[in-house]
Amino acid sequence: MKNALLSFFQRIEPDKKKSPFLHTLYDGFFTFAFAPNHVTQSGVHVRDGMDLKRLMVHVVIALQLCYLFGTYNIGQQHFAALGMYEGFLEGFHLKLFYGLVQILPLFVVANVTGLGIEFYYAYKKGHGIEEGFLVSGALIPLIMPPALPLWILALSVAFAVILGKEAFGGTGMNVWNIALLSRVFVFFAYPTTISGDECWVAGLEKIGGVWTASYNGFVTGVLNPIFDSFGWATYPSGAAVVDGYSGATPLSLAAKGGWEAVLTRFTPEQMFWGNIPGSVGETHKLFILLGAGLLVYLGIASWRIMVSMALGLVVTGLLINAWNATPAMTVPWYQHFSMGSFLFAMAFMATDPVTAAATDRGKLVYGFFIGAIGLVIRVLNPAYPEGWMLAILFMNVFAPLIDHFVVAGHISKRKARLAAMAMAGGTK
Amino acid sequence: MKFRKGLLSLLLILAGSFTVLSAQSGGNGSSLLLNSLYVIAAIVFFAIVVQVSDNLMVIEAKRIGADKSGQNFGLIPRMQELFSPRLPEYLEGQQLISSRKGFDIPLEGAPDARVLDRKVLRFGINAADMRGMAPIPRLQVEVGDPVKAGDPLFFDKSQPDLVVTAPVSGEVVEIRRGERRALREIVILADKKQVYRSFPKIDLNSVSRENLVGLLASAGLMPLFRQRPFQILPRLNEIPRDIFVSTFDTAPLAPDAGQALLGREEAFRVGLRVLGKLTSGRVFLGLDGRGQTPPPPIFSEAEGVTKTYFRGAHPMGNVGVQIHHLGPIAPEDVVWTIAAQDIAVLGDFILRGEVRLIRRIALCGANLKNTGYVDLPLGASVRELLDGEDLSSDRRIISGDVLTGTKMAGDAFLGFYDDQLTQVDEGNQYELFGWLLPTDMRPSMSKTFPSTLLGGVPSAANTNTRGEKRAFVVTGEYDRLLPMDLLPQQLFKAILINDVEKMENLGIHELVEEDVALCEFGCTSKQPLQALLRDGLNSMQAEG
Repeated sequence: MKNALLSFFQRIEPDKKKSPFLHTLYDGFFTFAFAPNHVTQSGVHVRDGMDLKRLMVHVVIALQLCYLFGTYNIGQQHFAALGMYEGFLEGFHLKLFYGLVQILPLFVVANVTGLGIEFYYAYKKGHGIEEGFLVSGALIPLIMPPALPLWILALSVAFAVILGKEAFGGTGMNVWNIALLSRVFVFFAYPTTISGDECWVAGLEKIGGVWTASYNGFVTGVLNPIFDSFGWATYPSGAAVVDGYSGATPLSLAAKGGWEAVLTRFTPEQMFWGNIPGSVGETHKLFILLGAGLLVYLGIASWRIMVSMALGLVVTGLLINAWNATPAMTVPWYQHFSMGSFLFAMAFMATDPVTAAATDRGKLVYGFFIGAIGLVIRVLNPAYPEGWMLAILFMNVFAPLIDHFVVAGHISKRKARLAAMAMAGGTK
Repeated sequence: MKFRKGLLSLLLILAGSFTVLSAQSGGNGSSLLLNSLYVIAAIVFFAIVVQVSDNLMVIEAKRIGADKSGQNFGLIPRMQELFSPRLPEYLEGQQLISSRKGFDIPLEGAPDARVLDRKVLRFGINAADMRGMAPIPRLQVEVGDPVKAGDPLFFDKSQPDLVVTAPVSGEVVEIRRGERRALREIVILADKKQVYRSFPKIDLNSVSRENLVGLLASAGLMPLFRQRPFQILPRLNEIPRDIFVSTFDTAPLAPDAGQALLGREEAFRVGLRVLGKLTSGRVFLGLDGRGQTPPPPIFSEAEGVTKTYFRGAHPMGNVGVQIHHLGPIAPEDVVWTIAAQDIAVLGDFILRGEVRLIRRIALCGANLKNTGYVDLPLGASVRELLDGEDLSSDRRIISGDVLTGTKMAGDAFLGFYDDQLTQVDEGNQYELFGWLLPTDMRPSMSKTFPSTLLGGVPSAANTNTRGEKRAFVVTGEYDRLLPMDLLPQQLFKAILINDVEKMENLGIHELVEEDVALCEFGCTSKQPLQALLRDGLNSMQAEG
């Protein structure tokens, strides 16, 4: 099988001179299927089995539980708005397929756009396709609202990859986290699609002043007949949202009415187990923690950033609780962990090694400030209910500065040590 | 740093207990919050007082010189002390430097514990092995000349006293040249019966340093030393600050110098006295502190030297790492290093007045039919050494270890400084989804490989690059592999932008290729770190 595939690949290899773009594309897929037969030429003769592809794919693996739950939760929140199938496992097929119908286009559009741009630039620059977008492409669908129009998604991904990454030189050279850059683009360019109470639940449309369920042709034309033929329940087109329902997330409730307003609608357990509206992948806290644990255990993500970021949240949270001036400040500091996307940002966003601080001490400072600044934005700024995206992008900019000071400190320590040795007359 | 660590852990514990407290009280009541804040403030204040006084005590201990052993003089135990296993008895009261950094690559193919009998007739000395020699050395022999062991072959034009001599007696049969007529190997066909050129015997107690250096240089023994920074031939007109020797090699499949020196104890002792004469400072001996039993007495009972035990994975046995801990090299410093086995060569020379450049060499590799040790003069022919082995092109032969060695063609000769010949298979095969689902065992530090989780099962590595070169992505990776207080990644970035001042500030003069070789092995982005480091060192040298 392997040899057949290999000879197939070798037969279809396009000519590098005649069609360079095709060759770049071919090279990308070929190195994806087959680890190349290159051998070491200088330096070490034996290399560690770990490479960037393997590293990145393990981040994607760590995200899989978030994908599973996020997909189902899209359906869950949709039917919760309609007041139907309120038990978590009721209407299982409806919720699962509805989630898939929403998330697959998000995933496909994000990856086709991002990878297409990567391929084009690899061809233009004449180097191999690098796997940097593997993780970004897996993260972006998880941090977007489920009902985001696809053209906005494509635009934001293009913006992030071209201006955030390729303009700086490609994988490993970017200043800002690519996934967050695409989200911040949506946030400022199309604010209504990513803020307010309406965007976090998919499949609702305002018809004649009433929010009702609305489905695309695939759901009504393909899924409904199939389910019907099995005798299963089908999607209720035109069903009205239950009275008094709002798609408000815990954060928007907290911003207006404080912790008590949150409790009127959600329980802390519900927020931890993820049965709340929000971005696709951010809701189930245990699954995020499992992913984070896997990354730390495998040594892929920095525990320093995670721990110090949590610490930054705790310290700032305690101070804000003690201040206690506005309703939003009444949210107990430990509840900030399970509201919104703090854990997701901590596990998968702040730990991006390219945009984070590079030194061990720098990572501690970097993480702490993300935790502190993010919470300040979340609690004190009424315009932005969530703060981690802006805090991380902000600290991305400062990461080189933090490293600069750590390196300067290291250099002066080295100088002091050598000076002390010279004073003592060498090693005598 | 310790202070901040303490504070951090305290806060964490507090946060944890506070979570429990508030969860029990239902999370309502800001008075509880405020009260806890006061408690935290009080505890933090108390912790600061304790930490500051503790640090003052440690500083005082350092100042009055009580803290020589590197022991912890603080009240608060270090994490290492709490969790590290008890040290073996022989280390108690000894100066010990240990580190958790580094990695021992689990490789198959360790040499069998036996001395092989190999008839080797052709020997070659390669001028390219000796870094720091002026480009084309002055030849002293021609093809067809008979030479005795110890007769000069060529000398360095930049310091004519620095002679390289023949390791065996015989006839010069070939002089190979490389690009632009640069001298490569001088090949000698050895006589059946070796004859040695005789040198005057000297009394180590009365000889002056100048005379000693002159004699050693004329006998071709000075190239056995290497000078740092830059890992070059020693400058004879400079007196080294100290001389450093590592008595154990942690590189993959490396031979054991203690075994190699069995029976040459007297020569080693005299050799150490020679070292003492050559430096104005001290002779440092780095001893193996990794095992449960002490290293052989030839090292542990050596006299006239400063002994330090080192405990940790590779590259802890590298002399560069040991220098960093014992007496770091400042840019203007000069120190010399020499291999433990070569010290016995110096001793032999003093005792007999003859040059016997003998070294025990390990033949290792997973696919060699016979592995083991051979006792031979320097520069043995690789083909004759591996008589009867498969030398086809998919078997790579390396003079040295898999991290720092040189790839050998079939008619090449062992490197001047190498005591090891390693064979690994070429990895020039495609592997279906090799990056995702590896089909065979491969050495790795990453826990994403099940074999690493099982505690590093030795594997027969091959030379596949295991991925393609990328920009630096992962951070902190090199720090875990270099047991030195350095910022390797920042240093490499400074080299890439050729910022000489920053390279110097970040300590490039403390490093040579072998020290960063493990980082290169483990680099996820497959960067050529050894070549990069040499680029940086060359720029430093060019700057003067």
